[in-house]
Amino acid sequence: MTAYIIRRLLLLPVILFGITLIIFSMIWMLGPDRLLATYVKSPEALKSEDAAERLIKKYGLDEPTIVQYFKWIGNIAQGDLGYSNIAKKPVQEAIAERIPYTLELAMWAIIPVIAGGIWLGVISGIHHNQPLDHGIRIVSLIGWSMPDFVFGLLVLLLFYTILGWFPPGYLSYESEAILRSAEWTKYTHMATIDSILNLNFSVFIDAFRHLIGPILTISYLWWAYVLRITRSSMLEVLKKDYIRTARAKGLSENVVINKHARKNALIPVVTVAGGMLVSLLAGVVIVESVFNRPGLGRFTADAATQLDYFSILGSAMVFSVILVLVNLIVDISYAFIDPRIRLS
Amino acid sequence: MSEKRTEFRRMMRRYLKSPTNVLGTVLLIFFIIIAILAPVICPPQAGQDPFKIPIATWSAAPVAPSADHPFGIIGGRDIFYGVIWGTRSAFKIGLVVSLISAFIGVIVGSISSYFGGWIDEILMRITDIFMSIPFLVAAMIMTTILGKGLGNVMIALIIFGWMRVARLIRGNILQAKSEQYVLAAKALGIKDGKIIIKHILPNTIFPVLVQVSMRIGSLVITAAALSFLGVGAEPGYADWGTILSYSRNWMTELSKSWFAILYPGTAMVLFVLAWNLVGDGLRDTFDPKMK
Repeated sequence: MTAYIIRRLLLLPVILFGITLIIFSMIWMLGPDRLLATYVKSPEALKSEDAAERLIKKYGLDEPTIVQYFKWIGNIAQGDLGYSNIAKKPVQEAIAERIPYTLELAMWAIIPVIAGGIWLGVISGIHHNQPLDHGIRIVSLIGWSMPDFVFGLLVLLLFYTILGWFPPGYLSYESEAILRSAEWTKYTHMATIDSILNLNFSVFIDAFRHLIGPILTISYLWWAYVLRITRSSMLEVLKKDYIRTARAKGLSENVVINKHARKNALIPVVTVAGGMLVSLLAGVVIVESVFNRPGLGRFTADAATQLDYFSILGSAMVFSVILVLVNLIVDISYAFIDPRIRLS
Repeated sequence: MSEKRTEFRRMMRRYLKSPTNVLGTVLLIFFIIIAILAPVICPPQAGQDPFKIPIATWSAAPVAPSADHPFGIIGGRDIFYGVIWGTRSAFKIGLVVSLISAFIGVIVGSISSYFGGWIDEILMRITDIFMSIPFLVAAMIMTTILGKGLGNVMIALIIFGWMRVARLIRGNILQAKSEQYVLAAKALGIKDGKIIIKHILPNTIFPVLVQVSMRIGSLVITAAALSFLGVGAEPGYADWGTILSYSRNWMTELSKSWFAILYPGTAMVLFVLAWNLVGDGLRDTFDPKMK
């Protein structure tokens, strides 16, 4: 057990080093000319003939690759990810401001994704290969086959353009004014949580109304995934001897399913839940863009379309570090829960 | 030989027993026919690249469907033409990316499990590192750096798409190493390389093919998402994501541009659904646990 944890912790710096290598090789692929463009603030700076060459020298873009790498990694170690041209501030500050929005969405979305997916998966497993099973699988597979931006646009079309219930964006103007006022304390920078802590329920309802569209989109798209795992593990469990014993004891089907089968079928679902939170965090790039939510995902997408290289590389770095750390925590906690994992 | 054929026939019968599998197969055949008949349904203009949607009007505003343009016009491009030729683009993206990345994965996985020790450790850590950058974000940066165009999108998807197969193959080979038929081949004095290629790979390749078919759909979605965000195929390319990206400019007036979402969107959902159903069915049929 201890050996496993020590091994995983020793590997952590190796993985992080590897990520910096990949991201730096992407910077290197840009070449000095395109990198220079990220430093130049106005066309006047390039007026004189040798200006470009002088600037390339000034920023060290002509130095050997290895020197450039160590300079860059030195900056990263000090928390300096470069300057973001679209946010007009350092990349690390721009990212830190946007993380709460993304985290808030992922946290709320994972509840219906897991609860709904398990519920559908259990039903599907009980009615294996019956019309209900086929129906549930087709409907959820359509969701799995649906590009997030297409379904997001359809949700917007129905619930905003036609019905006017759930607007895109983050908050209404009124709520934003309350958030800026002096008596509002920002505990978590997440409007839904802060509004409860500030005991302001109109802001909570407003923030939640803006969340429903993205949550609906994410849930429908992810149900098939949870359903598939629950369903196949349910099928496996239902074949076990202890289920046959429970039935032979004369227990009603309800008790067999609820007390004996479902609990055991949920173990593999728990195993994927942590990893799913990570995928959700990365998957919000598109959903945030469609629903105009000012989170890290939309920031990354905007940076990519406007060729703001340092912002997009910085976001990739942050996404990857989050992914690695969460995976590490998840794996170690499973090793505690399930002794079989340690052996492999 | 005849024994193999009966086995295949039995598998087919089991595969076709499920209505969802039949639905997926029928949808897939439908798309294959459309892709083959694209030049007949929508003849390209002479001397023009057939994958460039011909310009129907110079105004950027969406034009509702009519007899001449059954799916309407957006960004000056005929949506019907784009949807039909987009089928070919979708097959190209899905098949090329999934097959090449699976090929790379098979090679990395085989080398890793064959040599073991340090080589295995290094290759698997490289795999871990590539897996720790979120796929969509990685593909997005790569296309921003390589520049627009479907070719570059495909390169980006391949660079960050081989790792799962590598892990799968490595695991399968490691498991197969201790099985009877491999031990028997070893006892006969057959060389390790030959054992892998002749005995182990044919027995472990099927899960890879299932995974390839299940990935095609999500690859087409990712490529379309890149186009939708504006970092994918170049404007006017016959690709479903590109047509959908035109509707992004009309998001506040969805009532005027619904057809630019509905038709390419439906085509894409059905295409991806077809592959997912077929992949799901193949897995259920060949996974002994599901019997």
